[in-house]
Amino acid sequence: MALKMVKGSIDRMFDKNLQDLVRGIRNHKEDEAKYISQCIDEIKQELKQDNIAVKANAVCKLTYLQMLGYDISWAAFNIIEVMSASKFTFKRIGYLAASQCFHEGTDVIMLTTNQIRKDLSSPNQYDTGVALTGLSCFVTPDLARDLANDIMTLMSHTKPYIRKKAVLIMYKVFLKYPESLRPAFPRLKEKLEDPDPGVQSAAVNVICELARRNPKNYLSLAPLFFKLMTSSTNNWVLIKIIKLFGALTPLEPRLGKKLIEPLTNLIHSTSAMSLLYECVNTVIPILKSPVLARNNTVFLYVEKLYFVFFPPTVKYLGLLAMSKILKTHPKSVQSHKDLILQCLDDKDESIRLRALDLLYGMVSKKNLMEIVKKLMIHVDKAEGTTYRDELLTKIIDICSQSNYQYITNFEWYISILVELTRLEGTRHGHLIAAQMLDVAIRVKAIRKFAVSQMAMLLDNAHLIASNTQRNGICEVLYAAAWICGEFSDHLEESNQTLEAMLRPKVTTLPGHIQAVYVQNMVKLYASILQQKEQAGEKEAAQEITQLMIDRLPQFVQSADLEVQERASCILQLIKYIQKLQIKEVPVAEEVIALFAGELNPVAPKAQKKVPVPEGLDLDAWINEPPSDSESEDEKPRTIFHDEEQRHSRHRQPEIDEEELARRREVRKQEQANNPFYIKSSPSPQKQYQDTPGVEHIPVVQIDLSVPLKVPGMPMSDQYVKLEEERRHKQKLEKDKKKKKQKKEKKGKHRRHNSLHTESDEDIAPAQHVDIITEEMPENALPSDEDDKDPNDPYKALDIDLDKPLADSEKLPVQRHRNAENLKSPDTEAPLVGKKSKKPKKKEKKHKEKEREKEKKKEREKKVTEEGKKVVCVLSATYDIQGNLQNDSQVTVSVIFENKSTSFLKSMELNVLDSLNAKMLRPEGSSVHDGIPVPFQLPPGISNEAQFVFTLQSIVMAQKLKGTLSFIVKNDNGSTHEKLDFKLHFSCASYLITTPCYSDAFAKLLESGDLHMSSIKVDGISISFQHLLAKICFYHHFSVVERVDSCASMYSRSIQGHHVCLLVKKGENSVSVDGKCNDSTLLSNLLDEMKETLSKC
Amino acid sequence: MIKFFLMVNKQGQTRLSRYYEHVEIHKRTMLEAEVIKNCLSRSREQCSFIEYKDFKLVYRQYAALFIVVGISETENEMAVYELIHNFVEVLDRYFSRVSELDIMFNLDRVHIILDEMVLNGCIVETNKNRILAPLFVLDKMAES
Repeated sequence: MALKMVKGSIDRMFDKNLQDLVRGIRNHKEDEAKYISQCIDEIKQELKQDNIAVKANAVCKLTYLQMLGYDISWAAFNIIEVMSASKFTFKRIGYLAASQCFHEGTDVIMLTTNQIRKDLSSPNQYDTGVALTGLSCFVTPDLARDLANDIMTLMSHTKPYIRKKAVLIMYKVFLKYPESLRPAFPRLKEKLEDPDPGVQSAAVNVICELARRNPKNYLSLAPLFFKLMTSSTNNWVLIKIIKLFGALTPLEPRLGKKLIEPLTNLIHSTSAMSLLYECVNTVIPILKSPVLARNNTVFLYVEKLYFVFFPPTVKYLGLLAMSKILKTHPKSVQSHKDLILQCLDDKDESIRLRALDLLYGMVSKKNLMEIVKKLMIHVDKAEGTTYRDELLTKIIDICSQSNYQYITNFEWYISILVELTRLEGTRHGHLIAAQMLDVAIRVKAIRKFAVSQMAMLLDNAHLIASNTQRNGICEVLYAAAWICGEFSDHLEESNQTLEAMLRPKVTTLPGHIQAVYVQNMVKLYASILQQKEQAGEKEAAQEITQLMIDRLPQFVQSADLEVQERASCILQLIKYIQKLQIKEVPVAEEVIALFAGELNPVAPKAQKKVPVPEGLDLDAWINEPPSDSESEDEKPRTIFHDEEQRHSRHRQPEIDEEELARRREVRKQEQANNPFYIKSSPSPQKQYQDTPGVEHIPVVQIDLSVPLKVPGMPMSDQYVKLEEERRHKQKLEKDKKKKKQKKEKKGKHRRHNSLHTESDEDIAPAQHVDIITEEMPENALPSDEDDKDPNDPYKALDIDLDKPLADSEKLPVQRHRNAENLKSPDTEAPLVGKKSKKPKKKEKKHKEKEREKEKKKEREKKVTEEGKKVVCVLSATYDIQGNLQNDSQVTVSVIFENKSTSFLKSMELNVLDSLNAKMLRPEGSSVHDGIPVPFQLPPGISNEAQFVFTLQSIVMAQKLKGTLSFIVKNDNGSTHEKLDFKLHFSCASYLITTPCYSDAFAKLLESGDLHMSSIKVDGISISFQHLLAKICFYHHFSVVERVDSCASMYSRSIQGHHVCLLVKKGENSVSVDGKCNDSTLLSNLLDEMKETLSKC
Repeated sequence: MIKFFLMVNKQGQTRLSRYYEHVEIHKRTMLEAEVIKNCLSRSREQCSFIEYKDFKLVYRQYAALFIVVGISETENEMAVYELIHNFVEVLDRYFSRVSELDIMFNLDRVHIILDEMVLNGCIVETNKNRILAPLFVLDKMAES
């Protein structure tokens, strides 16, 4: 038996180590899971042993299994055991396992605090190092708070190995415990100039990370970093510093200028690609162009980029960097257009997408058609719908960006859109539809063409909507139907289009599209009717009516409510028209009147941006509401009233006569363009033509040789050619003009001309986009939406680092209770102790002196002058009294005593009001105004001032914060000082000592209206007489009756609550039973009493 | 910042994993599987940088082993690319011609090396001698 046990433990000694485990797993390829579960069982056995070596071995194996994806959180406690091993070889295994599997949610983590602290202060630097490394992976807010000071101390460790780690860990500590940032920051800053480059690099790392989130707090460090950048030779450090400057430069534009020289030097001299990449990537985009344009630096960068970053393995980076440069320096990248277009053929999707991004920024009026043409080819070639969809959206994005800025020929664009409808299985039908609608509405000149194209689409609807349900592309029919209907005047073969819209196949389309069909076929019908009537072809007009009546019933039967409703309504209408037609009454005018009026585009945000006109208060009642429930209504009404006042006060100063006149003018103009206003002159076009420069837009004749109705053929190419011709012609004309101009004014415009010869602006668009201001309401407010995430963890680190540290901000330091007696030279703790000692003593003295005062609380102001002399300037003692006349007021009497040798004047007391308690201020002053103390204090003099406070509820104690500001005047001049204090309104201060007779007292107790509560306090040694006196004195009670060691007492609050007490004294204890109308008040009073009594 | 550091072989088995931001264990396995699938599907001529979800992957292939590092948007891709090679060089020096088995058998040591180089998601040390110093101390301790 004994032998077996020994054998067992020897077996254990020769347990599997990590290598055996790995080998075992490799040898059990078929039943790996089974083998591992068997191993885990063994490990569990091993962990039960006392031998730390066995445990460490087991934990080491667990770490491997964890990597394979097995949960080992069940062993958390054993991991902690191994972490606390004294031998480093075991300890590191424990920490490794912990760093792999501990996280904020691990509950045993709090057990580690002391162990980690011990390891951090270990004489062995590797112990400390391993603890720091582990900590970086599993630090929690609690650990961060408890260990912040220890880690901060390590930042000044003698060994650079520890210093650099400690510095880096601080970053995690800051994130978890933001309060530590300010106290630790000065030391962190010191580390930037550490003699060891590793420590320096760590500090740069941390500050760089911090500064990236909240750059403005770190601007003051810029000179230091600038010095580092020019002196450091460590590429890793340089990368970080450049990254940091990338964050700082937008805030301080002057930095950019300074950076150019050192950066250019770096780019020329460095052999490290990563550094070069960082330079180009981070800093160049933010350097503003004027400076750089002169140096031609950007071109240089791009050339360098081109050579360095376009081998296949790093092509992605080249594209990424280019896209960043493109944002600020588009021209410099454009020369590499071909290369970027090539990237569209890349196998790698992320490269293709990057290239697409780049193209978006690279287009100009000149190359748009060419680029889109290439993209269209890619659309055809592309495999996989996601990439094709991406291409589609990109084409639309590229073309429509900044209000179609780069489109010179909208016929081309429409034909591109039509071509895109041939894409199968795209999800973006609605996108194309939206573009079609947008262009047709906003580009008035293109409507004729658009309508013809849309008519063609409708004609070929069967091609588009072949498999309706799965196909998103049928959405374009929505746009097509609407455009054909709305702009039916431009339609050439209306009959045919109407016929196409009435086909039975249409009923298979989604409901919302059918609805648009139904509505717009009436528009179409109306216009045909008009044409026929005007031409006098009555029969044709009746024919078309008959067609409608024949075909509409198929929509009346639709399952879609909208379609059905519209169709049946319209069917009746047309039947009525037919009746009139038979009577030979001309109807066209009336029918067309149904759809009179033109739609104007309105920006989506327009309504939101309309400012509320002066004098209009949306919250005010138009009619006073019936005042049936007055008491409830009153409160909200006052709120509205307040708001209104503030509102008008805010707005008034903005208005002056001129501004008003101007606004009126603008509004008139805008009304003229708005269909919803009754117009004075109903011609938007007129206004449109008034805009300067429109005369110069050449209106292109539509070349009818373009085959409009061959759906299978890509037509946009034709337009490319056409457009080229047009441009060529334009150029020729311009050249002619120029020559003329030159003859007329020699050289006068020379500079101007040379500037513009090759630029985009030269290419005048064939059609004008209607992007006039009418889309936005007059004086629309600029929207500055702030979409910062309130849950951003980095927000907590947005801390002003330049302010001096306050005592309260010192990091919590672990120490013994009698720490003040110990000598510990380098921690800050004793300093705090010394500082707080003095006032404590004084307080005591003061208390003794003023024993007779019933309530005391004092604050003393110390002004530290040269030589850290502590001078007490002012002491204030206060007393709170209930006001008998008013049930919601208390009076606070404050005795001010000048303890200095200076003259105190202009004292002003202010209190931060709470919801419940407010300081009574003279009428007309705001909540932020203080109340002046009506006297001045010569040295050594004291005086009393009274302040009245109103309270709503008195059942709870209150604390109010306040400040007393005053001016100290002495021989050296005068200084402005402030004293912060707290006013404590205890419940007892709301009580008024009121005598009560015993029979009335008995009645009160019998009434049964009172709530009851009681307390008991042990360890009372003073006499009963003395005790009653205390209660009377401090808590404003009067004794009703006393029998031996038992007494009944009574008091009344300012709001009329009765408070009755029965006080009984035992051997060593006192019990108080209380009764009161209000249970909260009673329990609060008893709590206060308990506190007084326990001090006895 | 570096989010994680992975070593995965061609069969998709993880050989080293270190996360600098906490990821739950079952999500880790999923992430690793997806990451390696992404890398394996690429040819040698293809670019070493992949956009993946909201971060980027930088990877290099050494024989049958892939080293994949997940980094945040703001990290310098090129620097990490170079770091990977540096890491492999250090391993090579310590194990003298490192192999996949070396890494598996000495996982704890590989972790020490990695921890010396990357701490808290930041690159701390790139000097080979300084990286290996603690490891040599440890080996001496184990011998005695």
